[in-house]
Amino acid sequence: MAIRTQSLHPHPSPLPTREREQSYSKVITGNHAVSYGALLARVQVISAYPITPQTQVVELLSEFCANGTLHAKFIKVESEHSAMAALIGAASAGARAFTATSAHGLALMHEMLHWAAGARLPIVMANINRAMGPPWSVWTDQNDSLSQRDTGWMQIYCESNQEVLDTVLQAYRVAERVSLPAMLVLDAFVLSHTAEAVEIPSQSLVDQYLPPYRAGYKLDVSDPHAFGGLAPPDVYMELRYQIQKAHEAALGEFARADEEFERLFGRRYGLIESYYADDAELIVVTSGTVTSTARDVIDELRAEGHRVGLLKIRLFRPFPIELVRQALMPAKKIAVIDRNIGFGVGGIFAQEIKSALYNAPVRPALFGFVAGLGGRDITPEVLREIVDYAETHQEPEDLIWVGVKT
Amino acid sequence: MNRANFVLPEIELMSSGHLGCQGCGGALAMRYVLKALGEKTVIVLPACCWTIIAGPFPYSTLKVPVLHTAFETAAVAASGVRAALDIQGDTETTVVAWAGDGGTVDIGLQSLSGAAERNENILYICYDNEAYMNTGIQRSGATPRFAWTTTTPEKNPKAERKKDIVAIMAAHRIPYTATATIAYPDDLIRKVQKAKSLQGMKFLHILAPCPPGWRIASEDAIKIARLAVQARVFPLYEIEDGERYTLNAPHEREIIPAEEYFKLQGRFAHLGPQEREQMQQEIERNWARLQRLVQMKAPSDDGA
Repeated sequence: MAIRTQSLHPHPSPLPTREREQSYSKVITGNHAVSYGALLARVQVISAYPITPQTQVVELLSEFCANGTLHAKFIKVESEHSAMAALIGAASAGARAFTATSAHGLALMHEMLHWAAGARLPIVMANINRAMGPPWSVWTDQNDSLSQRDTGWMQIYCESNQEVLDTVLQAYRVAERVSLPAMLVLDAFVLSHTAEAVEIPSQSLVDQYLPPYRAGYKLDVSDPHAFGGLAPPDVYMELRYQIQKAHEAALGEFARADEEFERLFGRRYGLIESYYADDAELIVVTSGTVTSTARDVIDELRAEGHRVGLLKIRLFRPFPIELVRQALMPAKKIAVIDRNIGFGVGGIFAQEIKSALYNAPVRPALFGFVAGLGGRDITPEVLREIVDYAETHQEPEDLIWVGVKT
Repeated sequence: MNRANFVLPEIELMSSGHLGCQGCGGALAMRYVLKALGEKTVIVLPACCWTIIAGPFPYSTLKVPVLHTAFETAAVAASGVRAALDIQGDTETTVVAWAGDGGTVDIGLQSLSGAAERNENILYICYDNEAYMNTGIQRSGATPRFAWTTTTPEKNPKAERKKDIVAIMAAHRIPYTATATIAYPDDLIRKVQKAKSLQGMKFLHILAPCPPGWRIASEDAIKIARLAVQARVFPLYEIEDGERYTLNAPHEREIIPAEEYFKLQGRFAHLGPQEREQMQQEIERNWARLQRLVQMKAPSDDGA
């Protein structure tokens, strides 16, 4: 669980000096957990552009490259659009490629996100959730990553710094098996700049989990092919069909990657995670760090006799429709907490869950809460308010703004 | 230039059946460039005429690997390919970014400047047909003053001068910048081979006449490219490290009035005597500037 503390190291963390053949525990920020994940994944080409609150990720990776800890090419580009374009070139030539960004940087990449997925390149990127301007904000919400929902990227929302590091490794494993790019997502500051103890796994174990990338096809002067050329209507649709099929296959690959991860490292996360949900009348649905706060609140409410549970959505794309249905159908009510707003409709996770449940045999009443935009804290009190509202109202409501001053 | 001993390399890495228009300068330029570079070449293609010329899936006109990429990304996607090849131990293959004038001087200028500033070990080639030809002849930053395009109609032709991309690239002090055109294949191939032999960023600006866009006869494309050089509209020169200029053509005795170049092109047909005179003066000024740069003594050991 992420605890808000002062950074123990105002400057970049000390570089790994211990024997890398043994796992060890280290107090690091979420940003540095990303860097360590990329280091352990032995990424070969990095390209990035600075943006708050992401910058520490690539600062530490720059140190790793500079001192030889990581054998990689780091292309320090002039924009995020170029960062993703560089990785598309690199991955097309067979390299394991990595970047990190946030908010406006991610938005600037948008065109190239489509390109990476359309080209079926297993690029992995960390996106630090940050609210979109204007007005300028550097604090967390999910509108940046959720705006990229339909680009074809897989998206995984992380709750803790350990999960961040582990997810980098899982993301590469799945991405390279299904030939799709993957984005892991972590909350600005609540994770990105908050330090907690993280187990840094041994390199040999990671190598076992994630063997070197062998591209199925790549730019090769001894076997020349053209990639990404004009596709007439008689082939384009099949290529899009195959991307959808790859997303469907990724559901199984994620589950297997998680099982294998547990076997080697002793931790697993699931595609979704239920907490006291089996006999719950009301299930609160969360993603990201709100989940940690919600676990505590659920514990308290359970102790007080409320039949309330929690569903954490970790994998957002591909969306685990069947698992979400099974997890939510037993409940009478669902309270979805969206740290985002799909303007003109409502919370985006709420839309996804409604969509998953529409063809289900049983559909619990759904309350869609929008909270915590632009980094406003979602405190235990806020979560209690949400639960209380859902418990005391019988008719479902699509959009309820939490704590908004009108 | 001594052209007597020139032999065109036999290797043919561009096949017939490509989708270029008749007389396409950009198609011929690619053929020559690949003759100079050989098989160990990767071509990175942003949106441009060559997106089409290269052939639709599953065909490819080129016998080297081709990576299609988004309009504004040629230089940086090529940087990524270069990094990936290097980290996998292939430092021999030449990575070429091959972009049109719009993809170079307009939408792609940011990533091109970034790659130049980083001195990426790539060869960037702009085949310049002086407008957005693939979308149907719209003005670009490389369209010459007074030219007709579909967005600069005859009653309101382009008012602004052509962007000087060579000066922009030279200002980055990259190892090699040069101009070339399809009418001088010996010069073009020598420059490509020279670029290939150098480490770091190389920029080649190739004038590539476009028969439909310039409103010229397809059989006149090469002739017009030659006239562009002789009229000093497009002199051939090269720049080392952004400061040592060498003029290749035209020789003083070859120089012709610009009118000889303009009169064969429908895109300039509407020009009155005043505009023609203004263009001639502009050409003279540019020529004088180039002469000054060629004569400029560059410090040879300033460590730049």
